[in-house]
Amino acid sequence: MTKTVYLDNNATTRVAPEVVEEMLPYFHDLYGNPSSMHFFGGQVNRRVEDAREKVAALLGAKPDEIIFTSCGTESDNASIMGTLDRYPEKRHFVTTRVEHPAVWNLCPYLRSKDYRITELSVDQNGQLDLEELKSVIGDDTAMVSIMYANNETGVIFPIDAIGGIVKARGIPFHTDAVQAVGKIPLDMSKQPIDMLSLSGHKLHAPKGIGVLYLRRGTKFSPLMKGGHQEKGRRGGTENVPYIVGLGKAAELALANMEEENTRVQALRDRMEKGLVESIPNTIVNGEAANRLPNTSSVCFEYVEGESILMMLDEVGVCASSGSACTSGSLEPSHVLRAMGVPFTAAHGSIRLTLSVYNKDEEVDHLLKHMPPIIENLRGISPFWKDFKDGKMPAAFAG
Amino acid sequence: MWEYTEKVFEHFKNPRNVGEVENPDGVGDVGSLACGDALHLTFKLDEEGKIKEAMFKTFGCASAIASSSALTEMIKGKTLEEAEKITNQDIADYLGGLPEEKMHCSVMGKEALDAAIAYYRGETPREDPEDVVCKCFGISGKEIREVVKLNGLKTVEQVTHYTKAGGGCSTCHPEIQGILREMAEEEEREKKVLAAQSGRKLTNLQKIKLIEETMDREIRPSLKQDGGDIDLVDVEGDKVLVGFRGTCTSCPSSEFTLKGFVQEKLREFVSPEIEVEEMTP
Repeated sequence: MTKTVYLDNNATTRVAPEVVEEMLPYFHDLYGNPSSMHFFGGQVNRRVEDAREKVAALLGAKPDEIIFTSCGTESDNASIMGTLDRYPEKRHFVTTRVEHPAVWNLCPYLRSKDYRITELSVDQNGQLDLEELKSVIGDDTAMVSIMYANNETGVIFPIDAIGGIVKARGIPFHTDAVQAVGKIPLDMSKQPIDMLSLSGHKLHAPKGIGVLYLRRGTKFSPLMKGGHQEKGRRGGTENVPYIVGLGKAAELALANMEEENTRVQALRDRMEKGLVESIPNTIVNGEAANRLPNTSSVCFEYVEGESILMMLDEVGVCASSGSACTSGSLEPSHVLRAMGVPFTAAHGSIRLTLSVYNKDEEVDHLLKHMPPIIENLRGISPFWKDFKDGKMPAAFAG
Repeated sequence: MWEYTEKVFEHFKNPRNVGEVENPDGVGDVGSLACGDALHLTFKLDEEGKIKEAMFKTFGCASAIASSSALTEMIKGKTLEEAEKITNQDIADYLGGLPEEKMHCSVMGKEALDAAIAYYRGETPREDPEDVVCKCFGISGKEIREVVKLNGLKTVEQVTHYTKAGGGCSTCHPEIQGILREMAEEEEREKKVLAAQSGRKLTNLQKIKLIEETMDREIRPSLKQDGGDIDLVDVEGDKVLVGFRGTCTSCPSSEFTLKGFVQEKLREFVSPEIEVEEMTP
């Protein structure tokens, strides 16, 4: 059995051993309901509040601004539906063309409910035009939801500038920060953000836990209507072991923030450089933009992403792709298309994403195996020979 | 992750016949970079008109590469008349099946083969530019109809999985829906006519005639696609004795063909009481 080299940390991450350790007592012994009047349950409530404080510390927020949810998608839905519900007379929703499906796929639904949707476009570096944002928002705009950092390319939006523009018009602002939290420092006490979504399993907590940050004083109606939990903002008995686990993961993320932005980033940079130097016609998407330290989206021209992934799988490397074939859809990644990446390259895109658990040897392993894989697939591709014979335009020089 | 069969993996990892035949007799190009897959097929014939060499180059996912590899293996040694009977389902079957979302890879193989044979015969592919239904992937109404008929497709989603049509901007979905509705209505009409015929009480002679007709129309063409055939030996009441011919005699799935296909068709078009048995030589 080949050793697994896990380079797909934007998909999900390994649960930190410390997190598992922290969670176990809440299955075995401390199984009480935090809402109970007896001490056995009540003691658990204290630990839920501890976790809330740790998550708040990671975000620079106040503990009562943290609402525990089941996942990032729930947080996004709760924020958007919960805000629109409070401004029924406003019928305009603003977002971008590169959002995660958790937000993007809400748009057709909102259209069917007679909302007018503006999806802001991006340039070839994946960046928004802030003048366009200024020009589209108006009195009818109910809210703006713009992701913090892109899950496919790692491109970071200038959220402070965006939030500033939106807030200056008195419009509620939500950001899907699922990929940003734990990778780059955030501070809600200074940043112009009303609502923010995060997902536990992207920062070494388990799947099945998320958070909606809700700034004090923000109008909101709960998506999950039910009991009094989370101060009536999200009904449902607290998922205590996972909340405690997320608290621990938040604490670790804060402690690892520097390593993420030094060692991990250097490893990512070495990986990209190695691929571009050893394989011709290789492009790093959004290279010129400000990006997450762990994320790399790379296109290999004239080959198809799923084939690359399956060849990588053979040598134990886990990655993902923005190609059409991997998703079951027929069009390549909406993010890469929005950035104007040509089809010659978009179908051959691979996303490699690191975490603090990745080691130098793992990147060496990738750099050893990738060149022959691409060479082999290009040998099968009818376009590579055409390109070499000068019958095919190069999408990118070099 | 896709559920590929061992055989798909095997053909993907060790593709047969990669490259281009020198001085080819047949050349077929289908797909494009924009579509996400493309196949370049070349073959050469021997003196007897059989395919001596077949090679491919493919840009695409694992199942596209595996389907191309399978296709080249399947057509070698066949005459063009034999080769053109290969269907996309045959390519998928050769690989032990494909996920439905990947059936378009087998269709691409079939189309490249048709194009290469047309090239050899000096025919220009007759595509009516007016007939393009899916503008994103350039799929014509004719192609859609053929694949729908051959594979018994019922939904727009299936059409997309098999042909890619409708997989882009999705503005052609109503048109595809219209084609499906039209074809379903047509099929319904045919069934009604046949049901009216089979509803009445049949004399023995009428029954034999109807069995013969059904075999000619519904059963033989499918068997012949695989190089087989069937003969009616005797009819005793509702018991129908048949004999398999050609490749059917050595086919390991002939028992299934007998009960699952021949008997079902005869029950559908002649009488629900029919029992089919094979006459062993």
